[in-house]
Amino acid sequence: MATTKAAIPFSGTPAQQAQLEKVIEAHKDQKGALMPVLQGAQEIYGYLPIEVQKMVSDGLGIPLEEIYGVATFYSQFTLVPKGQYKISVCLGTACYVKGSGDIFNKLSEKLGIASGGCTPDGRFSLDACRCIGACGLAPVLTVNDEVYGRLTVDDVDDILAKYGA
Amino acid sequence: MELVNIKLNGMPLSVPKNYTILEAARSAGVEIPTLCYLKEINEIGACRICVVEVKGAKSLVAACVYPVSEGMEVVTNSQRVIDARRTTLELILSTHNKRCLSCVRSGSCELQKLCSDYGVENENRFLGENPVYPIDHSAVHMYRDNSKCVLCRRCVAACAKWQGIGVIGPNERGFATHIGSAFGAGLGDTACVSCGQCIVVCPTGALSEHDHTQQVWDAIADPSKYVIVQPAPSIRATLGEAFGMPVGTDVTGKLAAALRRLGFDKVFDTDLAADMTIVEEAHEFVERVTKGGVLPMITSCSPGWVKFCEHYFPDQLPHLSTCKSPMQMFGAAAKTWYAQKMGIDPKDMVVVAVMPCTAKKFEVGRDDQDAAGVPDVDIAITTRELARMINRAGIKFEMLPDEDFDDPMGESTGAGVIFGATGGVMEAALRTAAEWVGGKPLEAVEFKEVRGTQGIKEASYQVGDLTVKVAVASGLANAREIMNQVRAGTADYQFIEIMACPGGCVNGGGQPVQPASVRNFEDLKGKRAAVLYNADAGKPLRKSHENPSLLKIYEEFFGEFGSHKAHEVLHTSYVERDHF
Repeated sequence: MATTKAAIPFSGTPAQQAQLEKVIEAHKDQKGALMPVLQGAQEIYGYLPIEVQKMVSDGLGIPLEEIYGVATFYSQFTLVPKGQYKISVCLGTACYVKGSGDIFNKLSEKLGIASGGCTPDGRFSLDACRCIGACGLAPVLTVNDEVYGRLTVDDVDDILAKYGA
Repeated sequence: MELVNIKLNGMPLSVPKNYTILEAARSAGVEIPTLCYLKEINEIGACRICVVEVKGAKSLVAACVYPVSEGMEVVTNSQRVIDARRTTLELILSTHNKRCLSCVRSGSCELQKLCSDYGVENENRFLGENPVYPIDHSAVHMYRDNSKCVLCRRCVAACAKWQGIGVIGPNERGFATHIGSAFGAGLGDTACVSCGQCIVVCPTGALSEHDHTQQVWDAIADPSKYVIVQPAPSIRATLGEAFGMPVGTDVTGKLAAALRRLGFDKVFDTDLAADMTIVEEAHEFVERVTKGGVLPMITSCSPGWVKFCEHYFPDQLPHLSTCKSPMQMFGAAAKTWYAQKMGIDPKDMVVVAVMPCTAKKFEVGRDDQDAAGVPDVDIAITTRELARMINRAGIKFEMLPDEDFDDPMGESTGAGVIFGATGGVMEAALRTAAEWVGGKPLEAVEFKEVRGTQGIKEASYQVGDLTVKVAVASGLANAREIMNQVRAGTADYQFIEIMACPGGCVNGGGQPVQPASVRNFEDLKGKRAAVLYNADAGKPLRKSHENPSLLKIYEEFFGEFGSHKAHEVLHTSYVERDHF
């Protein structure tokens, strides 16, 4: 079973809640309201923790489990927050044959988180992604909007150091 | 009804236009196997076991969801169809935990039967990765073993659609898909009400009650224990099915005989306590009506319903009758009045209840259910567990003579018997309340408007000078509908009966499992209920307050109906629970 409980305590604000209530209100009576509401919720909070899913459940009158089922079915939804620095390692074919798997593993080990995870201090999150269209630079990773290419495992420490890890 | 003409396995056939191929075949006596299909609640065409050939169609089609049309030619049993079904089974087996010999459903497993029917010779033809799931034992009443789950979603549909709860569902995607609760919570940590409807629809051994039969064997074998057994009203209408008897066979006499042969010290009957529940509940109802208490009053016999109310309508708990359920009243009376009368220390008494219900396993551990300072009931087992005990003891059930329950707690009226069917408690209560309020003997004791298997029934009766409007709901999705009205203040009723399971206890979550092939096409609820109504009609006494044994218990111990002592022993309280 996937690790689905966020390690970081929920810190939603009343303003965010008001925004979510607005989204729910706008979709409430339409068929198939759950998808747009979850998309809206993720936009507001950045992720879909249990606290947010409970608000959606009460707001739409849909059982929490059904919401969780949808949230874990679609890869567009995440149950854990993304870090201040979102690291994305390309595991597409070109990058993979050039050794991006090792780079990913090293990051995972250094940060102590698995794919989709976020460090407890909220600074780094790690994801594996498919081709980002920079095969010429393989293997590549991105940190937020910064692209790093032609990497080796030894570059990992320097990149992390740049972001204060 | 508009008909269409089709050809089924070469034979011409006229069927209603709205039929699926599955229904059309069934009407012509042709069986198409199914696995995920459950009539009305799970028509998803997912498992592909019901595939058939339709002339002109590109591929095989799922008969359970494919509508018939004029001129359609269907073949249900060609070699191509049979090969496809076998391959599907072999693929299901590739991730299935095939420890069949020690499986609780060995012999009644729908997957096992299909594999046998379709000639699966190598259960390891496709060796897949077998995901390891910890067995979820967190709920008191049942466990989930996802290594035996075939992802048919029948449990999910029963929980969400019949019961309107939805605490289980498919999580994750692709190979990782598994049935579970939100955020990986164990079932015991959710707002599950313990009804067990998921268990009775499961085709495999993925879901089962926690088996408590060893505790019963141990108690029987312990010479220092005085072991009393009480079977619920509905057990006599269903136990025979576990031994291959037709649905709707009355086995009252064999039930008593089997329990006696298992070695219980006393073979009593929950029906007596059902009569007790009626006199207490009717008394409470008359009090509420005459003294301005909270109305409508709602019955409290069904522990799945009580837990549902606590989770989802905690603000409405004052509507619940404070009466314990018959099972608990029985235990409470046994450990107070009967223990005193017989000079037995209640600590040395073990009360075993045979119930149609898995929520009873939760109920025995509830607070405020210990009139003698020890739990009113020690062990609650289901009909299925009793059948297991009878088999293990080498008792040939069908060859047993008909015997009676023991005196004095084995005597009951027809009113007690009908508790097992939806509307039964209401009818029994009306028989007593009408006579008390009317002040004269009731001539017509049958209140037929509240009978039948519909989910929601309404009726209005003249009780003395009073017009009593009643509602009866079974299945918690229906209960929710009624409760939304109660919460909104728009429910124009004085008395409501609610049973958690659709059709009441005869269709409870602890009853013998019937495969989908029977469940989809036979009226289980109606046939089982008919046993109870026939038993009622054949009883000399049909009003609870005329039960001689009951009257003696009140004379010797409780005093008046609804007395202070009766309240101490036979009534209880409820708690508010979270809805997540």
